[in-house]
Amino acid sequence: MTDIPEGKDETLGDVLRQRGISRRSFLKFCATTASMMALPPSMIPTIAHALERAKKPSVIWLSFQECTGCTESLTRAHSVTIENLIFDSISLDYHHTLQAASGHAAEEARMAAMEENYGKYLLVVDGSIPLGNPGYSTIAGISNYDMLMETAKGAAAIISVGTCAAYGGIPHAKPNPTGAVSVGEIIKDKPIINVPGCPPIPVVITGVLTHFLTFGTIPELDHIGRPKVFYGQSIHDRCYRRTFYDKGQFAETFDDEGARKGWCLYKLGCKGPTTYNACATTKWNNGTSFPIESGHPCLGCSEPEFWDGGGFYKALSMPTEDISKTVIYTAAGAVAAGVAIGAIQKGRKNSAVASHSKTTIDDLEK
Amino acid sequence: MNEIDFLNWVRGPGFQIAVIIFVAGIIIRLVEILMLGRKPNLAEAKGSAMRSGLRTIFSRSIPEKSTFKRSTFVIVTGFIFHIGLLITIFFFTPHILLFKDVSGLSWPALPTPIVDAVTVVTIIALFLVLAHRMSNTVLRFLTNYEDILVWLVTILPLITGYFAFHRVGATAPTLLALHILSVELLLVLFPFTKLMHAFTIVLARWYNGAISGYRGVQS
Repeated sequence: MTDIPEGKDETLGDVLRQRGISRRSFLKFCATTASMMALPPSMIPTIAHALERAKKPSVIWLSFQECTGCTESLTRAHSVTIENLIFDSISLDYHHTLQAASGHAAEEARMAAMEENYGKYLLVVDGSIPLGNPGYSTIAGISNYDMLMETAKGAAAIISVGTCAAYGGIPHAKPNPTGAVSVGEIIKDKPIINVPGCPPIPVVITGVLTHFLTFGTIPELDHIGRPKVFYGQSIHDRCYRRTFYDKGQFAETFDDEGARKGWCLYKLGCKGPTTYNACATTKWNNGTSFPIESGHPCLGCSEPEFWDGGGFYKALSMPTEDISKTVIYTAAGAVAAGVAIGAIQKGRKNSAVASHSKTTIDDLEK
Repeated sequence: MNEIDFLNWVRGPGFQIAVIIFVAGIIIRLVEILMLGRKPNLAEAKGSAMRSGLRTIFSRSIPEKSTFKRSTFVIVTGFIFHIGLLITIFFFTPHILLFKDVSGLSWPALPTPIVDAVTVVTIIALFLVLAHRMSNTVLRFLTNYEDILVWLVTILPLITGYFAFHRVGATAPTLLALHILSVELLLVLFPFTKLMHAFTIVLARWYNGAISGYRGVQS
């Protein structure tokens, strides 16, 4: 433990050693990461080597129309893990919730980080961007849109953390008063990694960071920009209550016999069947549980438009609109229309009968 | 439009549009038929038209012996796919939830694996019916585009539903949305095609029975 460089030249390996992480637990972390990201065991030394020598990456974190839940999720883990240390070891040069500086000093830090690491820094965004009126959300007098465009220019890659940044989230929900859009709807010329969730699982963030530090590239993404390793399978397909769904055993309410027996929550509105995320496998709070395990249906928070699915407690097979009303009004209108059309037809029939004239043999012989 | 948008649309406005066309179409057609009326029968009644009419609605479901012998295949496969449709539509848990949401009425579901098996049997029966229609010279001659269209919109919800339940071929939201969309297609075409028989069969059978009953003969 000698010769540990200070400050910006520190490598990740230096930081971990400083924090008293043994070689053994570091390699264990690399092995776990490799398996989590579906990489072959032969990649473990590569990951270890790359992480060891990786220079602390500069990260600029922009928070727009968001609730700070994503930051909370990432920073409030219960015990210190290597995942947390990896997160701690990045050079978080700008994050207006976490940084001590404020006002012009804070903005100067952002500008300095951008200049120093132009083309190399990672840009993390949480929150959506309002296009309706630049005044809806500003930081230091700069509109979210302007700040994103300016900061994205020199970024190596962008990580959209949380459903708001990835797909618009709750600000984007109908009727979307601020004209909120996701990062991907504005930025088209940079690699964007969507890490949706409300909030997203912390380990997914560190997983993406590890991948970036190891290979210098972004992980393989699905059709809506999510890393396949974490969002490749649906909650439903990995759910431990799946057997109850297959058998047709459902909880009808939150406190009935079925709920106590841990039956499937489909009838209570579970969106697990249409939601792709890693909750059922990585779980939350250091592997304690995930929502379905604590008896609540999945809200589908890692999917776009999850607020507009007709309510969290409406089963997936139920219509999102009030169809009973539709049927009643339509039926009433249709009866009236049917009677009117019927009356017209009857009138035509009667007038045809009235104007009927007999044809005689003489007529035909004419 | 992403896949969840698509799913939200078919569960929302799309379903609403389909239901409006379905309900309005069926009611207008039925009211029109009923309002056309019949000429009054001046002959003296020799029996109850109503009783015979009501009985015939049900009795015609039991095939006559000679008819059964002549078209055993059509009657058996026909029964299989009609009962199959009844079970898959009305006794699958997610479907009952939909009916409960619209009507407030609910009833017990059949175990999911049974509905799953019935779906496969129904799909096979529908394919057999089509194969028979196409291989029989007379039936093929009588077949028009509407027959094929009606067959297609009937089998599509079964196939898409099977894939949506087993989650193969595409992402889960897309599969579910396609299934709901196929049902909406069925609902929209229902009042304007021979699918309307599901409702007119009651009127037609009742009328057949009623004529016989009025005359005092067996229907």
